[in-house]
Amino acid sequence: MVGVPTTASYAPNALPMSIWTTAAPAVTTAFLSSLVEAVEALTIVLAIASVRGWRPAAIGALTGLALLALIVLALGPLLSCFPLHAVQLAIGILLLLFGMRWLRKAILRAAGVIPLHDEAIAFAAETEQLRDQARRQHEARLDWLAGLASFKAVALEGLEVVFIVIAVGAGRGLLGAASLGALAACLVVVAVGFVIHRPLERVPENTLKFAVGVMLSAFGVFWTGEGLGVPWPGEDFAILAFAALFLLVALGIVALARRSRVEALPT
Amino acid sequence: MTILVTASRMLVGLFIDDGALAVAIFLVVLLSWIFSTLMPEMPLAAGAVLLIGCLGVLLANVMNAARR
Repeated sequence: MVGVPTTASYAPNALPMSIWTTAAPAVTTAFLSSLVEAVEALTIVLAIASVRGWRPAAIGALTGLALLALIVLALGPLLSCFPLHAVQLAIGILLLLFGMRWLRKAILRAAGVIPLHDEAIAFAAETEQLRDQARRQHEARLDWLAGLASFKAVALEGLEVVFIVIAVGAGRGLLGAASLGALAACLVVVAVGFVIHRPLERVPENTLKFAVGVMLSAFGVFWTGEGLGVPWPGEDFAILAFAALFLLVALGIVALARRSRVEALPT
Repeated sequence: MTILVTASRMLVGLFIDDGALAVAIFLVVLLSWIFSTLMPEMPLAAGAVLLIGCLGVLLANVMNAARR
């Protein structure tokens, strides 16, 4: 690509117009992936709050969020120390692994091969597990265990978002924008969860995962190609073309997998 | 030690769910790198291998899982 720096850093204040073709998909991807993971984390935090109260649930969740913020702040700038092509190749391959994993699972769920993720079932399972723990553990340890469970839920679900934020943001000086996208989704989920006080069952989780999988796979092909020195036609616009292609192919695979499953069923 | 093992398993699990899919992606990237090294005058060939290869891997992997 013409005029790119040799290390993985850009001046954030001097974004050329073509960068917006990367910025919009990057921020949208961070927002949607954060939305999916925040819904899953909220289910567990709500279950903990309903069994042990808001205090341990909130402390655990906030500690988890602080850890995630620290990881972004530490790892994001670190990438600028490495040569740009090496960073693009490494992040591209990780994005392909990560994005195609999400897309594969979303396709299999959309085709009915594996069941959809159900927040109501997850909430019931988590609540039951906590009640069972409460029967077996000493009362004094319960708040500590509840806080730890809340911390683990936020940290684990958030780790995927952290990777996505760094991967789609760090290479183009979009770390701040991608982080804001992810944070905005978190705030939306927390606000809605706070108002309705139960798991967000109606969020079309698989559709969101499908969209994020498509975007991450497109970014993965783009960055891996850039790392290998491929001069993509249309430069950054190629990401949108790849996303459209992945979407079309993925929808086609859903139809094929459905048909193949129906044919395989005993008559 | 147990925490370290659990953490590294978790980290690997972030990227690798189905081993066959991960291996196939690595092979496509490797093939693309071979193309870019052997045919530097046609860099788009490596890009085409990468893009078509990834789409092909996705199709094959999902169809295989659907038939299982």
